Amino acid sequence: MTKRTDIQKIMVIGSGPIIIGQAAEFDYAGTQACLALKEEGYEVVLVNSNPATIMTDQEIADKVYIEPITFEFVSRILRKERPDALLPTLGGQTGLNMAMELAKEGLLEELEIELLGTKLTAIDQAEDRDLFKQLMEELDQPIPESDIVHTVEDAVAFAETIGYPVIVRPAFTLGGTGGGMCDNEESLREITENGLKLSPVSQCLIEKSIAGFKEIEYEVMRDAADNAIVVCNMENFDPVGIHTGDSIVFAPSQTLSDVEHQLLRDASLKIIRALKIEGGCNVQLALDPDSFDYYVIEVNPRVSRSSALASKATGFPIAKIAAKIAVGLTLDEMMNPVTNTTYAEFEPTLDYIVSKIPRWPFDKFEKGERKLGTQMKATGEVMAIGRTLEESLLKAVRSLEIGAHHLELKELKECQELTLQDKIIHAQDDRLFYLAEAIRRGYKLEELHVLTKIDDFFLDKLLHIIEIETELAANPHQLDSLLKAKQYGFTDKKIAELWEVSEEAIRQKRVQANLLPVYKMVDTCAAEFESTTPYFYSTYEEENESQVTEKPSILVLGSGPIRIGQGVEFDYATVHSVKAIQQAGYEAIIMNSNPETVSTDFSISDKLYFEPLTLEDVLNVIDLEQPLGVIVQFGGQTAINLAEPLTKHGVKILGTSIEDLDRAENRDLFEVALKDLDVPQPLGDTAVSEQEAILIAEKIGYPVLVRPSYVLGGRAMEIVENQVDLERYMKEAVKASPEHPVLVDRYIVGQECEVDAICDGKQVLIPGIMEHIERAGVHSGDSMAVYPPQTLSAEVKEKIVSYTKRLATGLNCLGMMNIQFVIQNEQVYVIEVNPRASRTVPFLSKVTGIPMAQIATRVILGESLESMGYVDGLYPESRYVHVKAPVFSFSKLQKVETSLGPEMKSTGEVMGTDTSLEKALYKAFEASHMHLPNYGSVLITVSDETKEEALEIARRFQNIGYSLLATEGTANYFTEKGLVVSLVGKIDNEQDESVLDVIRLGKAHVVINTMDKSQETATDGFQIRRTAVEHGVPLFTSLDTADAILRVMESQSFLMESL
Amino acid sequence: MGKLLLLEDGTMFKGEGFGADVSTTGEIVFTTGMTGYQESITDPSYCGQMITFTYPLIGNYGINRDDMESIEPTCKGVIVKEVCRRPSNWRCKQSLPDFLLAKGIPGISGIDTRMLTRKIREHGSMKAMIIDDTQDVSHAFDQLKATILPNTQVAQVSTNKAYPSPGVGRNIVVIDFGLKHSILRELSKRECNVTVMPYNTTAEEILQLAPDGVMLSNGPGNPEDVKGATALIQGIQGKVPLFGICLGHQLFSIANGGKTYKMTFGHRGSNHPVREIATGRVSFTSQNHGFAVEEASLENTPLLITHREINDQTIEGVRHKQFPAFTVQFHPDAAPGPHDAVHLFDEFMEMIDAWKEQH
Repeated sequence: MTKRTDIQKIMVIGSGPIIIGQAAEFDYAGTQACLALKEEGYEVVLVNSNPATIMTDQEIADKVYIEPITFEFVSRILRKERPDALLPTLGGQTGLNMAMELAKEGLLEELEIELLGTKLTAIDQAEDRDLFKQLMEELDQPIPESDIVHTVEDAVAFAETIGYPVIVRPAFTLGGTGGGMCDNEESLREITENGLKLSPVSQCLIEKSIAGFKEIEYEVMRDAADNAIVVCNMENFDPVGIHTGDSIVFAPSQTLSDVEHQLLRDASLKIIRALKIEGGCNVQLALDPDSFDYYVIEVNPRVSRSSALASKATGFPIAKIAAKIAVGLTLDEMMNPVTNTTYAEFEPTLDYIVSKIPRWPFDKFEKGERKLGTQMKATGEVMAIGRTLEESLLKAVRSLEIGAHHLELKELKECQELTLQDKIIHAQDDRLFYLAEAIRRGYKLEELHVLTKIDDFFLDKLLHIIEIETELAANPHQLDSLLKAKQYGFTDKKIAELWEVSEEAIRQKRVQANLLPVYKMVDTCAAEFESTTPYFYSTYEEENESQVTEKPSILVLGSGPIRIGQGVEFDYATVHSVKAIQQAGYEAIIMNSNPETVSTDFSISDKLYFEPLTLEDVLNVIDLEQPLGVIVQFGGQTAINLAEPLTKHGVKILGTSIEDLDRAENRDLFEVALKDLDVPQPLGDTAVSEQEAILIAEKIGYPVLVRPSYVLGGRAMEIVENQVDLERYMKEAVKASPEHPVLVDRYIVGQECEVDAICDGKQVLIPGIMEHIERAGVHSGDSMAVYPPQTLSAEVKEKIVSYTKRLATGLNCLGMMNIQFVIQNEQVYVIEVNPRASRTVPFLSKVTGIPMAQIATRVILGESLESMGYVDGLYPESRYVHVKAPVFSFSKLQKVETSLGPEMKSTGEVMGTDTSLEKALYKAFEASHMHLPNYGSVLITVSDETKEEALEIARRFQNIGYSLLATEGTANYFTEKGLVVSLVGKIDNEQDESVLDVIRLGKAHVVINTMDKSQETATDGFQIRRTAVEHGVPLFTSLDTADAILRVMESQSFLMESL
Repeated sequence: MGKLLLLEDGTMFKGEGFGADVSTTGEIVFTTGMTGYQESITDPSYCGQMITFTYPLIGNYGINRDDMESIEPTCKGVIVKEVCRRPSNWRCKQSLPDFLLAKGIPGISGIDTRMLTRKIREHGSMKAMIIDDTQDVSHAFDQLKATILPNTQVAQVSTNKAYPSPGVGRNIVVIDFGLKHSILRELSKRECNVTVMPYNTTAEEILQLAPDGVMLSNGPGNPEDVKGATALIQGIQGKVPLFGICLGHQLFSIANGGKTYKMTFGHRGSNHPVREIATGRVSFTSQNHGFAVEEASLENTPLLITHREINDQTIEGVRHKQFPAFTVQFHPDAAPGPHDAVHLFDEFMEMIDAWKEQH
């Protein structure tokens, strides 16, 4: 054994909050790594600021620090813990950057801490463009002509020598933040300026564009003995030009001959060997579609999103093996954890096709820039496995949960020819569907290839799907066509549509004809060796390999792709539920479609079905497995939405019954229930037409909160001040109808708080009350939450507890429930009840020490709270203060409104814990990178309604040493009230510096902007907010958040009063 | 056209025919390589065999001019889940079905190849048959059972006459037991002056050419069926440096007192990890063999085991203790597969040079 015995204690750095470009895959990687190190007997110290992760669970590491991943905090932990080594390659770019900072500040040397996995020099060589270029030249590996620039002028000069188009890539930024493709000097100037600003070393690479080349990725691993393997290669559907995180990807490569594959394999292995990486590495390559010419695009000297995908695509657990390699083990002495009969020194071979499609947030950000480029925009992804490419792709499409159950978006039928062509040429998130529409309209593949450079092979697969549609339509009710369509991944629903019958009729026909899916194993070796991996996917072939055991089983539905409103929190709850099911002695079966998550690690459950979460796919698994029941409470709205159709098919839903779920989610039934239970709620009603909405609003009075019923994460929710806006909302945002009613509620301005509760039918355990920093009106997922509450009176708390108990027992909740309240004048109103696990479950579980999802699962399985030792009511509050803060990805999403409101916008969360609210808030702000200097300038531009309140905020900023900048209206008001303010020019100001220039030039260190409700000056405010976000200037759109950060800064500053 | 695939154990698969519309009988094997079907199909070592591809989608990049491993492929059939209808690659000259049609080889698609692979894994390689779905199945099964597969594959694929592949460097004789072109490519990259000789050449004929080194090529079938090889190898070893690949390795082992055995389902694919014992270094290798050298039989022979497969520990390479001769079970010439072991050709060159210096 080559295992290191000279080190005992290892620190692992996590990746922090979920942001675009760095998502749940690092929870998966980090969890695997920590467990692997513990398995080898090392003491593991973990630091991560993200509470919504499995990796920050107590049992994952010996010591878990949920603290900001900043030099200040990590260095303190290092000094306190004095680990022997640091493993930085599993926490994404965040972990790597942190390690580099620690090393460069000399701390690692001072404390004699060794960097494991990848040496600092290798990180530099892979990440620093200059060094990377040098290394590639040494290795004789081609890279596109490029130059490093530090000024815009240098960029322009270089572009002239190599010709446009060129790509700008800022150094050391996440997911290519700030980069882009430039066709001309104007865009080059703009993008480079921004890129230099975003790059922590003010450095950009200007590179010859190789758009149109095939984009291929290799996931490679190497150990200290210089053994190196390729775990997986992948080919992008979209040619070079679109960030790989935003590309549709297939594994293995599809259009490469063996010669080409070996050429790129050799290059990848040569690179990982030269970098001397001990662990995993990702190499991105561009291959000329017309020759053997290729270029190395990028090397990530760490575990990445692609390696999580490769792990799920092959079954080979890259992060786990990487962690073991980091402590000296070699590939040829470890067993392959999938087969357990062969060694880890193995290059997996696939006997299926894997598709990955990114999940973009444009359903939430309708005004966001949807064009895809070198800046990643997706929040999550889905993966699907099939024995044909068509099957794999169609499964991935329906896993996206974007309302498409087939390669078809119905609204595109209406699309104009020119628009269609434009959408095909300029790829945005839905190009796949535009391509399908074009093929339906008779476009030739050759034309589409010219427009997109997408390989004919892939385009033909789309054509094939459409030909099968035609064939189905021409042969109604024919079993042959049905079988063929199923083999190529068609849903019953699509076939039903073409045959003009019900989905159920197709299902019945299939069952009668015994046309059922079989389940094949993912085993890394294409069945060459015997494996016992409990990891399966469906297909329509002959042999089923998934053996149903004697043991009674329970099926848990996961939450699908990560999207805004449904994040990693739900995966956390799902994994905990699985654990509890296993502990209760049942077999836990999980279904999910997300490759990034811990729940789709086959070692978590007794059986993993990597499948879309649609009724058809779930029923198929149930038909085979015959579980005792299905748990839907932990998989967010994805799983809850399946409860009703599953019940209709006679499936037993465990936990709160479908009738009671409906009583919480159906507005009319909910109102009746609240009346019965004597729980107050804001006045409101349901409208099925515009007129009705106006009448309701008049009756209850403006402002009103309007939203469609059955929404996820506050989608299309708005606060409306007057009838004009209400009419606009009813026309533009929603199309109300009896099938799609709109809720109109009195909008109560007040203190918001929420609880998560567990009910066993008799008793109700309330682990804690979370108080929001921002008043009602900001979506709970975007609010900072404090536990235990700091301002609620004992009476209010009592009321909250009492209402929660009434609601939980009154709605016959069995399992989890989340309730949101608003408090005005000591009155408590219920605003929302979610009869399922919410996104606060991980946070609350961590701060109270109650494993809520596990307790809830045990309750669902029949245990009582009493028998588990819990008493009815509110659990004793903790002695520390804990703050949960949202984290946003606005800088990656152009044209997206950043102002907080009733629609959720955050992508992740962090937690800060300390002895006082101010200290906890400080940590939360630091962890979410809302760092304010001790002095500087604050730019304030606020709406008329909030001026008075803003005055107080401004005064406090001035008191701690900030100078004030403001636009005209705000400045006049402040001056009038006796503050010293510098006036900044308006946006359209030509002569002087405009407000936008002030932000761009870094003259404002923080921006406070509140949105005008009138919508008139909205565009100015929008530009100010966007400019702040894009230039990395902390922005506050709620005065409550500004107040919170002021409290922190005030608590840290000294009194400066003259006598 | 509906086709049936029948296995010796009584299993029947229904599929669609492609390529040549003929019935066929052969030994059914599987290969796990995800790319490289053109090289495999044209590899003479598959002579007499029906190749199952475990990767479900075959033919994606078509057939090109350059990746041939023989001029006339001699495998008996190609079994896939799905054959690509629109291949795409800049070198593609022909689709896979068109190529097979031109070469008279039948293919069958629509097969649950994973199920088939699992069967072969459990029961071992077996006799199989592809027939029209209109044919009498029970009669066909009877026929299949009665079929005795030929054991003269080497004679079938080896060249009848010696031919040169001129170069300006070292003088190499390659004995063609079913030579893959990639071996010649590697030699020509090293500027060797090559003469390819038939399998039934005598030691004298070879020595007359005064070679600097001799290569024993790969080839199909059971090494025990290649009777004359023992005398040939014994006649040249010690007189000239030797390098053997695959069947050449097995024949060399037999000539030095070793024995071979038939493996259950063999090694066919591009991902077989092999350890070089001396250095401990593991290479991923291209493999295609159904027989292997028996470890116990090497005791008391002049052979030293140099390479092993890391998973099943089978012998992957030997070296003669006295003579300049080494052989490997895998394909350092790759095609298809990884280039990890291509340095063995350089070692052969070095061995030749060292031998020359001594003599």
